[in-house]
Amino acid sequence: MSPDTAANSYRLGPDERGHFGLYGGRYVAETLMPLIREVGAAYEEAKNDPAFHEEMGRFHKHYTGRPSPLYFAERLTAHLGGAKIYFKRDELNHTGSHKINNCLGQILLARRMGKTRIIAETGAGQHGVAAATVCARFDLPCTVYMGSVDIDRQAPNVFRMRLLGAEVRAVESGSRTLKDALNEALRDWVANVHDTFYIIGTAAGPAPYPEMVRDFQCVIGDEVRSQIVEAEGRLPDTVVACIGGGSNAIGLFHPFLDEPDVRIVGVEAAGRGLESGEHAASLTGGSPGVLHGNRTYLLQNEDGQIADAHSISAGLDYPGIGPEHAWLKDAGRAEYMSATDAEALEAFQLCARLEGIIPALEPAHALAWVVRAAPDLPRDHILVMNMCGRGDKDVFSVGEALRIDL
Amino acid sequence: MSRIAARFEALRKADRAAFMPFVSGGDPDFDTSLAILRGLAKAGADLFEIGVSFTDPMADGPTVQAGGARALAAGMTTKRVLDLVRAFRAEDDEMPIVLMGYFNPIYRYGVERFAADAKAAGVDGLITVDLPPEEEDELRGPVESAGLDIVRLVAPTTDEKRLPVVLERASGFVYYVSIAGITGTRSPTMADVEFAVGRLRRFTDLPVAVGFGINTAEQAGAVARVADGAVVGSALVREIGAGGPDMLERVGALARELAGGVAGARA
Repeated sequence: MSPDTAANSYRLGPDERGHFGLYGGRYVAETLMPLIREVGAAYEEAKNDPAFHEEMGRFHKHYTGRPSPLYFAERLTAHLGGAKIYFKRDELNHTGSHKINNCLGQILLARRMGKTRIIAETGAGQHGVAAATVCARFDLPCTVYMGSVDIDRQAPNVFRMRLLGAEVRAVESGSRTLKDALNEALRDWVANVHDTFYIIGTAAGPAPYPEMVRDFQCVIGDEVRSQIVEAEGRLPDTVVACIGGGSNAIGLFHPFLDEPDVRIVGVEAAGRGLESGEHAASLTGGSPGVLHGNRTYLLQNEDGQIADAHSISAGLDYPGIGPEHAWLKDAGRAEYMSATDAEALEAFQLCARLEGIIPALEPAHALAWVVRAAPDLPRDHILVMNMCGRGDKDVFSVGEALRIDL
Repeated sequence: MSRIAARFEALRKADRAAFMPFVSGGDPDFDTSLAILRGLAKAGADLFEIGVSFTDPMADGPTVQAGGARALAAGMTTKRVLDLVRAFRAEDDEMPIVLMGYFNPIYRYGVERFAADAKAAGVDGLITVDLPPEEEDELRGPVESAGLDIVRLVAPTTDEKRLPVVLERASGFVYYVSIAGITGTRSPTMADVEFAVGRLRRFTDLPVAVGFGINTAEQAGAVARVADGAVVGSALVREIGAGGPDMLERVGALARELAGGVAGARA
């Protein structure tokens, strides 16, 4: 799709080859190509099958707990003294984050395709837990790849995955975080293409994943649309979400892309600060490149070698970004900001004290931007932030960051 | 005639297959790597596959990953790999050299500039593992005008419907990935290889090389009986990784053994 068609709609991508303008595509080894195309064809078919949506809707209602509430954060709003702040409560989903929205869709697709084994990668462990959960529910063996650095900082989620019957494989290659877990999952898939389905956790990877994951996450934005109209009688002025790979954000943003009056803000992890070089802000601090099956913005050096990302949040600690965000950035339809580790930690604590909600460190980054921006906005400005995960998993790493001995 | 075509033509006349070693350019460092290439040539290599290191090599197993990581740690870059080729080429103008790697370093280098610089350095062809024909447009033009071959990978999962897509505008030779998997992990059965090569020959007149999972002279010989070339990577890279004062000799000895297996295969 070109910027010309974008003038009419931002919601038409990707094109038939899986490209969002310059970005996206299918940059994978030949061994995977036939299978990737098969996944694409199977998804196309499922997408147009009412029975698929009916089954997904039933599980969303009775298993995930959808729709998630849209909550007016009254005390935070009063505290900041500006925009009227709403939280989309996707942290209340079964498994504690938005990740289940996608896992449910993908496992139903895997079943349709007759696949008998599931693999997944995980950073913070939220996607791994969601994948292990649906695998338990649908009785499919599950292997989750997780960097050994992340295993150390997300011990509660590792245990949850094992309780759910998944095998967690520690990844010791490269920087031993999310990007390396993705590499290992792809290597597993190449070696087991005949029976294995790869549930990718974010709206990135080779086509059709960015589109498919987005579609499964759009339930967030679709619900927000009707909920905010019910609460306020109109659409929001701003929607904001944190961005690692960008799946919760694209799920919130996409239903609003063609509403020119809705400001769209993604918040990346600035780690120890953009100028420090130790961050995970691919859009703000990166450049276009090809990794993990798609072209997108990457943190990389002049030689095209991928740089290690840094964030206090394991779920944002990724040197790439979903290709649709790369395209939306270039098209100027969405704005991409960042928040540092320190700002996220502040917001994390503020939210706990003011709203009685312990956010995950990932949405704490979005919240940090809200804390910065809301005071300067008028009181009738409606701002919706996606609270995409809960922070139970993070209490140990936050305690460590605050030097509190638990 | 290109160096690749000339080499396969000469081998065909001699009724023997090519021994095609793979090493990462600059593993474990520039000078040692150059010495390794000289040793491989002397040991009977017929074509070099030189790896251009990438931090995230998704089709490679632990052995080749480690080789690439050693090269990067020694300061290798895409440009330095071209320097390595140039240095070898100054001594040997006949050995066909194919660079094997991933697209991002080429993309970052600049596709047009890379094609021109690679040609000038003495490179003959490219294998870009994560660039399937569907995504190749931006590379193909510059690479073809520079006069480099685009070597295509065919996998066990590539069915007959897809084969024409993969082979369209392939040049130099075709690389059959003998297992559905990553480099240096498991070995194919020879019956499968024979079947796959036979099928490929119905679709292309290009020479067919086979790689992934070939570790011993015996396996290389078995492949050489049915295919036009046998690629050995991980076994050599493992020997380089083991290091030691006699590393060059050990790599040379292994290469001679493998070359012997290939050369004697059809006798």
